Amino acid sequence: MLGSGIIKGLAVTAKNLAGSFHDPARYVTQEFPEVQPQLPENSRNFPFLVADDGADPMGTLRCVACQICEKECPPQCIYIEKSKDKKPDAAGKLQLYPAVFAIDTSVCMSCQICVEVCPFDAIKMDQVFAIATTDRFNGLLLNREQLAKSNQYYHSIHPTEATEVDARLAAERKAAEEKARAAAAAKAAAPKPAAPPPPQPPA
Amino acid sequence: METAEQIRDRLLARFPGAEITVVTNPGLSAQHSLLLGSPHARAIAQFLRDDPTLRLDQCSNVTGVDWPEKEIIDTVKVTVPDPAGGPPKVIEQKNKRLTPAYLEVVYHLYSIALRHGPVVIRTRTGNRSDQVDVPSLTPVWRSCEFQEREVFDLFGVSFSGHPDLRRILMWDGFKDYPMRKDYVDPDDYEWEPTPHDEVLARAKVHYPATPAAPEPKA
Amino acid sequence: MLASGSAAAPFSSASVRPVHDEFHGDLLEVSMGPHHPSTHGVFRMMVTLDGETIVRLKPVFGYLHRNHEKLGENTTYLGSMPYTDRLDYLCSMTNNWAYALAVEKLAGLVPPERAEYIRIILAELTRLINHSGLIGFLMQDTGCSGTPLMYAFREREKVLDLFEALSGSRMMCNYQRFGGCRVDLTPAWVDSARRLVDAFPRFLDEFEALLTGNEIFMARTQGVGRLSPELAVNAGLTGPVLRATGVGHDLRKVDAYGLYPRFDFRVPIGAHGDTYDRYMIRVLEMRESVQILQQALRDLPAGPIMDPKAKLRGLRPKAGEAYGRIEGAKGEIGFFLISDGSPNPYRYRIRPPSFINLTVLEDLCLGHTVADAVIILGSIDIVLGEVDR
Repeated sequence: MLGSGIIKGLAVTAKNLAGSFHDPARYVTQEFPEVQPQLPENSRNFPFLVADDGADPMGTLRCVACQICEKECPPQCIYIEKSKDKKPDAAGKLQLYPAVFAIDTSVCMSCQICVEVCPFDAIKMDQVFAIATTDRFNGLLLNREQLAKSNQYYHSIHPTEATEVDARLAAERKAAEEKARAAAAAKAAAPKPAAPPPPQPPA
Repeated sequence: METAEQIRDRLLARFPGAEITVVTNPGLSAQHSLLLGSPHARAIAQFLRDDPTLRLDQCSNVTGVDWPEKEIIDTVKVTVPDPAGGPPKVIEQKNKRLTPAYLEVVYHLYSIALRHGPVVIRTRTGNRSDQVDVPSLTPVWRSCEFQEREVFDLFGVSFSGHPDLRRILMWDGFKDYPMRKDYVDPDDYEWEPTPHDEVLARAKVHYPATPAAPEPKA
Repeated sequence: MLASGSAAAPFSSASVRPVHDEFHGDLLEVSMGPHHPSTHGVFRMMVTLDGETIVRLKPVFGYLHRNHEKLGENTTYLGSMPYTDRLDYLCSMTNNWAYALAVEKLAGLVPPERAEYIRIILAELTRLINHSGLIGFLMQDTGCSGTPLMYAFREREKVLDLFEALSGSRMMCNYQRFGGCRVDLTPAWVDSARRLVDAFPRFLDEFEALLTGNEIFMARTQGVGRLSPELAVNAGLTGPVLRATGVGHDLRKVDAYGLYPRFDFRVPIGAHGDTYDRYMIRVLEMRESVQILQQALRDLPAGPIMDPKAKLRGLRPKAGEAYGRIEGAKGEIGFFLISDGSPNPYRYRIRPPSFINLTVLEDLCLGHTVADAVIILGSIDIVLGEVDR
């Protein structure tokens, strides 16, 4: 019968209209500012720098200014200047730190390649998405202070990944300490050390 | 499916006097290609399409490649007689030579009817400046129509016999060919707040009064 | 005088003007687009009309041109991967796969079995969202405003949530890597994917009840934009547009890339090559994709997801060239790469399916009306990010 297809289609829309009041499978929109979205753990937006101590973020950045991310970043939105001096890192080893670390979020395309190439687990992806600013030039250029976030914050947004990273870093630190201890023992056993032993990291 | 050498031999038997060379691909994919001389290229393409054992009815991909002049240094060992009358010496001589510059058009052909491929064919222009004509294969495969226009637009290869050779991605009146290796993008720069030195240096020339780039203090 | 396609500025007031021609009386030349809501992006059709009948149509594009291929030549192999997301931004997973496949051919990497399964799962999910979204847009073009599109987007949303949970991003996934995938699937992810796939046929039934038998839709699409198989093959068309003409060409069967030969699925082909066939092919393909997904989620093997030979940084394939292609949702998406042994490709070429499928737009539209041109364009399924590159 001509028109039966249309009537069948109208029945579908009627079912959906009625369903949109009680069936959660058909009622899927959220009222955004009132209802905040539940982001999945892997969700990513812009990068941030991990600092081990939230109270002193500039002193405990994991970044050692190796500039790998700067080289690999496809849209070239990262800018790093190495420091002149060295500071001890979490394992006590003297490391360079970034004197300048800037990310131009107007250029960044959230591709996560900086996170993947970082050998120090120093840069991770944030989940903050409400980042509108009134200054399109300077407001979108984030500097070191704006980028640094604590390890606790990292745990709060990517718990599984952060736990893995912490375990790996702890294992690496332990291995390094043991190696240093073995080296020191070997040196002490040697009859005449050619040079004074290097400063030992606090155990 | 026949190898590139077999196809070449068959083509040479069919088209005596045509220039057909096998270009070997040193890579792992081993997709070798046939370089066709311009005079016979369209007839050969037609043959490849209609030949019952090949039936390459689909020209899947057409693209250009720019090969500018490249300096190659060949080291050859030359025996030089000693003027003092001693035994001749073997010395290494370094010869510089320039590879010829040309633009190349690459076609990837497949057969939908017989489900094989790819057969890769190439044509080359005489140089990169005034002899940039190659025959268009659009009369053989319609799928070349837009793709050859694109190669014309971005590389500057002129396809003789193309029904509608106009720029396709760039606008009419654009002068240069952006995909060539020596293309320099025009200096119509707008200041963007990236902290990169190069950008800042160029921005400075254009906007002397712009405030200095924000330098995050350490 | 007939103006050549791109002679007039896009927004000149002279874009609608009568054209005098000694044979045809008064012809009217209309510039449809580039900001016309029915052109699926910034796309322009220079249409010459005799009354309401199209006598000439020249597509004009390039408004989104960013010389993607040059960008690819100036970044590393890895650095191009996130850019491929932005070609056909509805199908980033298949774009990633095609690029990864071409680089794997060039560098001789072999992804492990689990990674191949994950790729197939993601590619088929991409096909589901592309086809359902496209049908929604096609309905929008026929004047069926909003309802089917919103239903399609409701389902698309669920798939995008899966993509976000896996790759971190809903549309710009940047997920595949050379020799494998970036993150592993969790059991929870597989469970929710299975739930979604099992519920999908119900949505398709509903969608078909809404559209397939609708008399108005049939009247608008049957016999409109008829394409012969000979022209379709000669013009290099691929994907659902080619199969709607009755040519059974599907790279999943022909090239048998990935692990597709292990899966049991059929390739639907059309009989008439008209707009209705192009719609119907997509519905049937979604049903086949659901079949593939159910098999893949059932048989998903355990194991590594990266080739042990693969390394993330500093990939320098041996000099040579390779052309890799897969069956994307819109057709054959291929990447042609020439390596000279350096970290950047010497030549990086994309074979965009929607760009080449546009070749026949004029042939399809001749003799039809402007309203038909809109739905013919809709049924070809273009994304301008890929057409213009």
